[in-house]
Amino acid sequence: MSVTVKIPAALRAYTDGLSDLALEGQTVGQIIDALVERYPDLGPHLKDDDGQLQSFVNVFVGSKNVKNSGGILAAVPDGETLMLVPAIAGGSGDN
Amino acid sequence: MDLFEAVGNTPLLSLSQLTAKTPGINVLAKAEFLNPGGSVKDRAAKSMLLDGLAKGRLKPGQTIIDATSGNTGISLAMMGAFLGCPVVLYLPANASRERKSLIKIHGAEIIETDPLESSDGAYLAVLKEVERNPDQYFFPDQYNNPANALAHYNTTALEIWEQTGGRITHFISAMGTSGTFMGTIRRLKELSPAIKGVAVEPSSPLHGIEGTKHMDSTIKPGLYDAALIDELVRISTAEAYSMAKRLARECGLLTGISSGANVAAALNYSAGLPQGSTAVTILADTGTRYLSESFWGV
Repeated sequence: MSVTVKIPAALRAYTDGLSDLALEGQTVGQIIDALVERYPDLGPHLKDDDGQLQSFVNVFVGSKNVKNSGGILAAVPDGETLMLVPAIAGGSGDN
Repeated sequence: MDLFEAVGNTPLLSLSQLTAKTPGINVLAKAEFLNPGGSVKDRAAKSMLLDGLAKGRLKPGQTIIDATSGNTGISLAMMGAFLGCPVVLYLPANASRERKSLIKIHGAEIIETDPLESSDGAYLAVLKEVERNPDQYFFPDQYNNPANALAHYNTTALEIWEQTGGRITHFISAMGTSGTFMGTIRRLKELSPAIKGVAVEPSSPLHGIEGTKHMDSTIKPGLYDAALIDELVRISTAEAYSMAKRLARECGLLTGISSGANVAAALNYSAGLPQGSTAVTILADTGTRYLSESFWGV
C-alpha cells in the first residue's frame, strides 16, 4: 500500500529537498518508521528519546488530524496523503 | 493615556524561585506579557505603525497587511482597530485557535497559508499580494522594518538598563523577526560594551516554540545581525514546555512557550556565570493563548 507523505519545509534538508514522498504502510506509525528508515537523520526531529512521535508534531491523514484519535495506530488508506505539521505557530493544528 | 501610551514600561521580575542552583546570580525577566495586547509584539507594532504614519506611508483608513505567526498579528489587529484601519493578516493555518480568535475579535481578516511552509510561507504569500496591489496596503514588513528593532533600542533596552541600575551583564532572548534581540542588545552594548548578547533558538528546525526561528533552516530576517550575538543557546521544545509549566506552577507566571524557552536558556546559561552576574530575559507573551495545548497536563 502506498501513501504520499508531505514533508514540512523545515525538514526538507533531510529528504534531499523532496516535499512529497511515496511510502508503504498501513498505519501512521508504520509510515513514519518507513520514513525514518529511508532518511535516518530525520529520526531525532520526529521522535523523542523514548521513540515516541514528538508531542508538537500533528499528523493529518487527508484533512483529519489523528494525533488524538488513533495517533500512530491510526489507519492510512491506500492512496491517501499523510501530512506532518509542526505546531510552530503554537497551534493545536486541529483545524 | 491612550492605547499606544499603555505599551511598554513593563516590570522586571525576579525569578528567585527558580535560581536556587545559581546562588549569587540574578536572573530577571521582563514581563512583556503585561503589554495591552499580551505580548512583546505590541512594542514593534506600535513603532512600525507610528513610523508609517509619520512618514505618510500609512494613511488614515488604509488597510494594514503583514505576515505573522500570531503575536504581531494580534498587536496589529488591536492597534488597527484603535486607529480605524482595516487589518489583513497572513498566518500559517496551524496557528492556534486562540490566536485566530483574538485577531478576529478585533475585526481583522485572516488569510491562512500552507502549514507545511510555516511562517516563511505566510511571508512569501503576503509579499506576492503586496506586489500585486502595492498602493492598496500599508505593509509594515516586520521581518525587515528597522522600526521594529528601534522599538527595543529606544524603549526595552533603556527600561532594562534603568531597572537593573546598569548592572545587567547578559541579555538572553530568542529570535523570530530578531527585532527584540537585535534592538535591545545593540543599545545595551552602546551603554556598556561588556554586556553579552546570548541568542536562543530551537534545537531542531522542526519545533513547537512559537514565534521563534531556527535561523539556519529559514529565511533570515533583514533585522538579523550575527555580529551582535556573542553566544547561542539551543533549547528543545520539550525544555520550553517544561519551563512554561514551572513558571506557572512555581512562580505564578502564566506565559507562553517562547517564554519557557527564554527562561530555560537563561537558567542553563547563567549556571556557568561568575557570582554577581545579572542575566535578563524576556517573558514574551501570555500563556492564555496556548490553553488548548496538551503539554500543560490539565
